[in-house]
Amino acid sequence: MRDRVVVIDYDAGNLRSVARALAHVGADPIVSADPAEIAAAGALVLPGVGAAADTMRNLRERGLIEPIRDYIAAGRPFLGVCMGLQALLERSEEGGQECLGVLPGEVRRFPAAPGLKVPHMGWNTVEWRFDHPVTEGIPSGSYFYFVHSYHPTTPDPALVLGETEYGVRFPSVLARGYLVATQCHPEKSGRDGLRFYANFVRWAREGAPMPAAAAAP
Amino acid sequence: MLTRRIIPCFDVDRGRVVKGVSFVQLRDAGDPVELARRYEEEGADELVFLDITASAEDRVTTYDMVAATAEQVFIPFTVGGGIRTTADMKIMLELGAEKVSINTAAIQEPDLINSGADRFGSQCIVVAIDARRVEGVPGRWEVYSHGGRMPTGLDAVEWAVEAARRGAGELLVTSMDTDGHQQGYDVELLRAISEAVPVPVIASGGAGGPEHMAAALTDGRADAVLAASIFHFGTYSIRQVKEHLAARGIPVRPVPPAEDTP
Repeated sequence: MRDRVVVIDYDAGNLRSVARALAHVGADPIVSADPAEIAAAGALVLPGVGAAADTMRNLRERGLIEPIRDYIAAGRPFLGVCMGLQALLERSEEGGQECLGVLPGEVRRFPAAPGLKVPHMGWNTVEWRFDHPVTEGIPSGSYFYFVHSYHPTTPDPALVLGETEYGVRFPSVLARGYLVATQCHPEKSGRDGLRFYANFVRWAREGAPMPAAAAAP
Repeated sequence: MLTRRIIPCFDVDRGRVVKGVSFVQLRDAGDPVELARRYEEEGADELVFLDITASAEDRVTTYDMVAATAEQVFIPFTVGGGIRTTADMKIMLELGAEKVSINTAAIQEPDLINSGADRFGSQCIVVAIDARRVEGVPGRWEVYSHGGRMPTGLDAVEWAVEAARRGAGELLVTSMDTDGHQQGYDVELLRAISEAVPVPVIASGGAGGPEHMAAALTDGRADAVLAASIFHFGTYSIRQVKEHLAARGIPVRPVPPAEDTP
């Protein structure tokens, strides 16, 4: 089924929460680690929490790295959440871990600063840098739930759909073509988070036109 | 900007909310799912369920409650009470809890913090600390276990530091001196712990009104405040608390306006 939303099953902690949010917005997702299901997905979602090394090991052990790379390379609808974003970059400072390298950039630890608690845990604002189908109806500066100790960076400003500030300003939502990835957890971000999932599902299904890249405001 | 969190807490026994919740317009004030949804709409940033179910056989009711909550509530929630092993943690996290809270089990077997953090990530391991002032020794608090019934000899600040070092992603700090009195949190305790650890601290015990929460978040350096009675009895709404805190310049997530859900 070409319009099937597939959530990648690799023992990620937020797997069920992501699937529940997708179900809530009417996506009827399946949870699978089967490369054939992944190849046939209408939209693919990579959840993830925890450590970078565990994430990459779990993906590798399940033979998921090539199927994910191939799927993304074909330019098809993809959503990464939290560690599912970090895994897309080239590498992570967390244990010097090599990641998928689908997007340019690396993952860095929050800087040590007085009063800056790590993990970055709680609701923080995300400011949109350009218009995109997944942010429709969600005002710039809306609050999303975050919980992470490492943050993404990228040398390519055209990829930065959303930005958040916590000690440093970091790209909290990345987008390129039909790929979107969020450091925050829309599945735990109340109504705006559900709207984000609903937008993603509709965009993936309808094959909405590509957003105009980085038409910066 | 990262906002300070307001966290209602429920005591749950055999899948039902206990300790009289007197919300108006609720069909069933003992239904955790209905209450959780209500609080989500009102702007709660997270929820904590403390399971006080005594018998292991009845724990299945807790599992049902956690699963039902996760189906319908889309903000993070923590489950504590009765979690003694990583297997217990796994059940709660898989059912949909964002975090698990451990207290007595962590004191008895501190390695449980490490193994939980290694297996599931620090972000979902909350260590709850019940502390009481040591009489005659200013600036010292002793940790109590077993729901506050047993003194442990542990210094609360030292235990907090150790718990964070072992991998706790967050500490839930309850003052037994102020708990239940609604006269304010133990700000000195909160500050002592918050300044000693690199992880977020949730203040608990003693909330009587928004001014107490403001004190915990400013002077106490807490990252979040937990309260039960003042919300459950309708003394203050979450909106009122947030408006008070915002007026004091404390960053909070505004209560979302009531409208259609996607």
